[in-house]
Amino acid sequence: MGLYFKYLLILFKSQMEYRTSFWLLTIGQFLIPFSMFAGLYFLFERFGQIKGWTFYEVALCFAIIHMAFALSECFARGFDSFSSLVASGSFDRVLVRPRSTIVQVMGSKFEFTRIGRLLQSLIVLIWALNNLSIEWSSMKVVTIILMIISGVFIFTGIFILAATMCFWTIQGLEVVNIFTDGGREMAQYPLNIYQKWVTKFFTFVIPFGCVNYLPLMYILDKTEGKAYLYMLSPVLGIIFIIPCLLVWKIGVRHYRSTGS
Amino acid sequence: MKPYVSVLKLRLLNGMQYRSAALAGVATQFFWGFMYIMIFEAFYSETVHSQPLSLKEIITYLWLQQSFLAFIMLWFRDNELFDLITTGNIAYELCRPCEIYGFWYSKLLAQRLSSAILRCFPILLVAYLLPQPYKMTLPPSVLTFVLFLFALIFGLLLLVSISMFIYISVFLTMSPIGSLLLFGVIGEFFSGLTIPIPLMPAWLQTVAYFLPFRWTADFPFRVYSGNIPQNEALIGIVIQIIWLVLLVWLGRIAFNKALRKVVVQGG
Repeated sequence: MGLYFKYLLILFKSQMEYRTSFWLLTIGQFLIPFSMFAGLYFLFERFGQIKGWTFYEVALCFAIIHMAFALSECFARGFDSFSSLVASGSFDRVLVRPRSTIVQVMGSKFEFTRIGRLLQSLIVLIWALNNLSIEWSSMKVVTIILMIISGVFIFTGIFILAATMCFWTIQGLEVVNIFTDGGREMAQYPLNIYQKWVTKFFTFVIPFGCVNYLPLMYILDKTEGKAYLYMLSPVLGIIFIIPCLLVWKIGVRHYRSTGS
Repeated sequence: MKPYVSVLKLRLLNGMQYRSAALAGVATQFFWGFMYIMIFEAFYSETVHSQPLSLKEIITYLWLQQSFLAFIMLWFRDNELFDLITTGNIAYELCRPCEIYGFWYSKLLAQRLSSAILRCFPILLVAYLLPQPYKMTLPPSVLTFVLFLFALIFGLLLLVSISMFIYISVFLTMSPIGSLLLFGVIGEFFSGLTIPIPLMPAWLQTVAYFLPFRWTADFPFRVYSGNIPQNEALIGIVIQIIWLVLLVWLGRIAFNKALRKVVVQGG
């Protein structure tokens, strides 16, 4: 872990060398979800609600998923640009070092500019929470934090899976965007507004439902039956990373260098 | 005109080589299409008022948007041109015996055309064959379709002339990312890609109608579904042409000004 933070510090310093570019990117990262959120706001202004969900409830959903996405893009970005490591053969170097491949790949790149996105979602989160009348309990606070952590783990898991595919394809695949960007867009809304099969896929195969829909029901007191099951559902999202790591291990064993 | 046309042709053939990448793109576009349709379906399912854009029109709008993504996205870029500017290789371009504005314009146009040609037909074909409610509808009449084609082509020309400003601004800032983001976010929003313009609140619609961006995407797509009646569509096409002439004119002035100040950085 100490090594990881050292990586983090070095990359942070190097990115701060290009300060204007850094701030411009950060502002851009703030603006992108901002325009999306504006779209969401105007849709609610017109339609009032979506399948019984009010604007602030969806805004909460939006904030949590974007926050999770920003954090995982910031810290697990190395996997996202992994294809270049494989294509250039630099992964050989990673393999000969006596440290875990995952820490090294994760440490190969950080996008601190995602702070812009994080800030935007934080503002939305505070705004949404202020306007929702939630009966707070310590369990609910824990649930919200769990939701964000779980989201980070899921996105990181997808990034790892996508990177693992590079062992076979060498190239990065555009289709993976469906699960990262697409998953983020999709999970902006509570999952039950979609068709049944979509909801099922994104709950049981890629557990986005465990990040937003199920625990959200608990926070908003919409649950039926055992509430603690809803509360603990984000844990399932965290578990999602385990099979991803296993697949990664298989991928590393399968790795054939492309040469120089 | 001849050199520009041959650049267009060459680039078009070049772009058509990336067929497998286009196929992967098609899969992604279907996912987005379905997702947006489901979201709007959910919004429309319980609305009591009648909306300025029916669900059917929105579905057609969304499929058109997905198939002609290369025609409407400002962030769709040519990194080669950015590199030319930032590395100083622009010097070679200056040696060419034709105007760079036109040269680059045809390059960008060809890039968008080839990408759209590869992607739009499979998406449109499947979208027509989908079951209800996802099915894309045919335009109400042949004349509407002809008007749509004109609107689409002028929209594309207009978009390329807008995107030229991104490249021009890089001459000043030397970093493409900032201008791309700014143009991308603002352009995308005001051309009705985040949410269709008729669904925006009235004050924002006024802003959108005042800007050139909506003529690139919102206008042609609504002409197609008949949401914009034929006589209005005709007037719209004339406005598109006026915008096009204006932006190309301004773009060329700005471009030549930027070129005059260009400092070639090293060799």
